[in-house]
Amino acid sequence: MIEIKDLHKSYQMGSNSLHVLKGINFSVKEGELVAIMGSSGSGKSTLLNILGMLDEADSGSYFLDNLPIKNLNEKIAARYRNKFLGFIFQSFNLINYKNALDNVAMPLYYQGIKRKERTDKALHYLEKVGLADWATHLPNELSGGQKQRVAIARALASEPKVLLADEPTGALDTKTSYEVLELIQGINDEGKTILIVTHEEDIAHMTKRIVNLKDGIIINDGTVKQVRANSYV
Amino acid sequence: MFNIERWQEIFDTIRKNKLRTFLTGLSVASGIFILVILLGVGQGMQNGISQEFEGDASNSIWVWTRPTSVEYKGLNPGRFFSMTNEDFDFIHKTNEEVIEYESSRVRIWGAVISYKKESGNYRIEGIHPGFQFIENQSMVSGRFINQQDINEKNKIVAIGNKVKEALFKNDEDPLGKYIRLNDIPFKVVGVYTDKGGEREEEQVSVPSTTAQQVFNRGQTISNLSYTLKPEKDFETAVAKSEEFVATITSYLKNKHIIAPTDERAIGIGNSLEQAKRFYNLIFMIKAFFWWVGVCTIIAGVVGVSNIMLIIVKERTKEIGIRKAIGALPSSIIGMILHEAIFVTAIAGFTGLIFGLILLEVVGPMIETDFISSPSVNFNVAITTVFILIIAGAIAGFFPAWRAAKIKPIVALRDE
Ligand SMILES: Nc1ncnc2c1ncn2[C@@H]1O[C@H](COP(=O)(O)OP(=O)(O)O)[C@@H](O)[C@H]1O
Ligand SMILES: [Mg+2]
Repeated sequence: MIEIKDLHKSYQMGSNSLHVLKGINFSVKEGELVAIMGSSGSGKSTLLNILGMLDEADSGSYFLDNLPIKNLNEKIAARYRNKFLGFIFQSFNLINYKNALDNVAMPLYYQGIKRKERTDKALHYLEKVGLADWATHLPNELSGGQKQRVAIARALASEPKVLLADEPTGALDTKTSYEVLELIQGINDEGKTILIVTHEEDIAHMTKRIVNLKDGIIINDGTVKQVRANSYV
Repeated sequence: MFNIERWQEIFDTIRKNKLRTFLTGLSVASGIFILVILLGVGQGMQNGISQEFEGDASNSIWVWTRPTSVEYKGLNPGRFFSMTNEDFDFIHKTNEEVIEYESSRVRIWGAVISYKKESGNYRIEGIHPGFQFIENQSMVSGRFINQQDINEKNKIVAIGNKVKEALFKNDEDPLGKYIRLNDIPFKVVGVYTDKGGEREEEQVSVPSTTAQQVFNRGQTISNLSYTLKPEKDFETAVAKSEEFVATITSYLKNKHIIAPTDERAIGIGNSLEQAKRFYNLIFMIKAFFWWVGVCTIIAGVVGVSNIMLIIVKERTKEIGIRKAIGALPSSIIGMILHEAIFVTAIAGFTGLIFGLILLEVVGPMIETDFISSPSVNFNVAITTVFILIIAGAIAGFFPAWRAAKIKPIVALRDE
């Protein structure tokens, strides 16, 4: 599903150059649930953004579902993002003047789906994350956990091949974090490929594989025994 | 444009960002509103001043003579000369197609005019029928001098209202009575008033031919007066009158052996020249209003672009989110522009309609000397609305385009 080889990325800051990713080799098969771990500033988000086509690598190759992701123009990148990828952010990134339902329906609008069908589909995914009753609420009327679940529903709505989550529990308390992870585990159980960036050990152990990043390279990559989130509740 | 989904998206956005929409709309609407009012008042001032001016027959021309000032063909400067009936007839024949009213004038100053025991000193004007129209005189009773009086040299007189009041006491009807002009009896046929004021009513009018004969003036006349036929526009009128003045001046100089360079001998008064100054004033007033209007529009455009900039800035993060979930750059630009154009258009037309309604309702109530029926050319107003919309769209395009170009990762970082 994901195949990257010798990926490099540096940030230019004035005359200084900060080499963040120094040759990442890594692949993910369909249906995996992977945690990318590392201390703050180790380049986790940078890697995830490149995987999500929000940013571009300086060198190296990247194949997503066997498609080469290289020098894409804006239009094709937009189409790929819409078709292949669902994003979940630490700060939720919901559009604050749109209610939960409209937020979830948004990727479908950019797929050119008609309003009626959009609404039906969005409602289905809101149900899936347990927020059907909150459909008409604006984001600022929802708790952090609820917002993140709306964001997950939005990421699912376009039926992507891969879900990318950057510290999805970073802004949530432990109990809510586990609820969100329980939801993510459920989605993975249905076969969706999911990558989660986190620096929390307990969250990482709820995935099936942990990739450890340090100083721009992978120092450790191995499967773990998945801890079910609901076992904590 | 006809993408229903897009429209729904725009309406959603507008409905949920009422303040932003209202502020954009307000700046556009008030710009157009002010412009419409300004243009209306400008037009009103033009109407008002034009009306003031129409009181006089505005295209009148007077010709009089003065002693020559340049030696010519052996004739010394300082020579007196007079125009004659021949000159009047010649000018009549050769300029018939441009002349509207014409009159020669034989003036007798300070004549003694008496009726029964009353008498006074007044001016006698020996004139043609056209004089009534040139001077804007209107009859209070009876009639004015007519062509037959000229031909038959009738000893009849039309008297100014002041003269009537002075000579005819106890409301006596002057019509048919004989009054004495320098001791010669003339029959009163009419009484007139003159819009030019009381001084113009302290005179009596007799046929020019009669005046020449009775007061020993031979064939000479003191003055020529003309009005010219109206032309389709002011510029042509001025051109025609200048041409007419030039023709008769050169004819008169040639006829009376006056040097072509003599600027003094022939005096010409041309009211159109004065009118031209008025029209220039009006033009300047209108130009000023246009200038203010254009500045208003520019201010409106700047306002719209500022708001667009702020909107785009404020929506940077939203744009990042939209791009992350698959929005094309073109759909981002389209969304922002579509909204901007829609809001500007609605607001522009609202301002236009309010401006027009105000002019329509308040306009007729304003009737001063200088403003009359203010109104605005609808096409001009519509055009400005479109200019504003297009300018707003162009102004909004660049920030929108830049926003659409930002990498989603950068846009998402925006707080
Ligand atoms: N846009 C940027 N410009 C410059 N430096 C950046 C930028 N984004 C991230 N960095 C730097 O790159 C390093 C890695 O950042 P990031 O990938 O966000 O780390 P993590 O998500 O693991 O905390 C950090 O030192 C960070 O300061
Ligand atoms: Mg990070």
